[in-house]
Amino acid sequence: MYDIIIVGAGPAGLTAAIYARRASKKVLVLEARSYGGQIINALDIENYPAAFHISGFEFATNAYEQAKELGAEFIFEKVIDITEDKKVITEKNTYQGKTIILATGFDKRKLNLPNEEELLGKGISYCATCDGSFYKKKTVAVVGGGTTALEDALYLSDIAAKVYLIHRKDSFKVSEDIKNNLQEKENIELIYNSNVTKLNATDYLESIEVTDNEGKSTTINVDGLFIAIGRIPETQNFAKIINLDNSGYIIAGENCHTNIPGIFTAGDNRTKKLRQLVTATSDGAIAATEAIKYISDESKK
Amino acid sequence: MEIIEVNQDNFEEEVLNTEGKVLVDFNANWCGPCKMLRPILEEVAKDSTVKIVSINIDDAEELASSYHVFSIPCLVLLENGKEINRSVGFRPKEEIEELIGGKK
Repeated sequence: MYDIIIVGAGPAGLTAAIYARRASKKVLVLEARSYGGQIINALDIENYPAAFHISGFEFATNAYEQAKELGAEFIFEKVIDITEDKKVITEKNTYQGKTIILATGFDKRKLNLPNEEELLGKGISYCATCDGSFYKKKTVAVVGGGTTALEDALYLSDIAAKVYLIHRKDSFKVSEDIKNNLQEKENIELIYNSNVTKLNATDYLESIEVTDNEGKSTTINVDGLFIAIGRIPETQNFAKIINLDNSGYIIAGENCHTNIPGIFTAGDNRTKKLRQLVTATSDGAIAATEAIKYISDESKK
Repeated sequence: MEIIEVNQDNFEEEVLNTEGKVLVDFNANWCGPCKMLRPILEEVAKDSTVKIVSINIDDAEELASSYHVFSIPCLVLLENGKEINRSVGFRPKEEIEELIGGKK
């Protein structure tokens, strides 16, 4: 029996583990893939106090080593279900906790086209700063209409020969600064009111079919397509018992309490205004502290 | 087996001229997921008879391009010099062992 089972080993989950171990609780962290979460893709962290200019990888590794050294147990298994009586079920095992902290973060939103998955790394990418350098002097497209999509297009315009920016609406809801920067780039072509409807490939992506709101389709030859259409919180496996908002975020206030007593949430998968490294670690500390308080209150009953 | 660092100069000798399977890890210093993958590859290498080599793409741009590497980490499995499988992104140990065809 664990005092606290933490689902997800990103910055929120790792911080929760550190706080829980400092209070001598028996802690298990379950993670489906690697520790670190989204931050491992950050080349350089500039906005976290006292961790100026370190890579996301270093940040994650430091936090992971810290949690391990303090005595947190890590098991790399994917969690597929949780129960109200604090059982955590993975693909391989079931673990019993007194409390659970859900710190699963989010995943990239996909276009959901048939061959999208198999073309990952063969022309399809979800991370312009990670994969952009492979498209020197090539033709690429970015799909999306938010800040990430526009920043991706700007970043890629300095590397690629040509960048198409495809947006399903007729204007961008971003700051004027970014819009002005966009207009200055001669090699960015904007395609409004359109969706990417087909990926054409033999071994690698060769072209995309773009369909406008009136149903007219065009084929554009591209070497790469960067998908920047947002993110979805990884919360679907908990939806049976945990209340989610319309976008799938776990409904919880600053105290990180979910609708089930003893089950808490922390980090990017929680309903909140600002999703940053510093708010994720903050959530981790709060959720752990609330979990510790819950265990102590229950033991007095 | 130890992971062997490979570049343009010794690629032919270490990879193409190697009989049987070779797993090529395309990576870079600036790539976080690549650094997460490295210790896992080292563990796989300990228990496996498949030769594993590491290529820093910044030192071997032509190799990365000729193998159509568009995202890293990228693991390419070659058998007698021919590609037979690949995977992109971080992978846990079991999936890498599956990719190269099980443990020894």
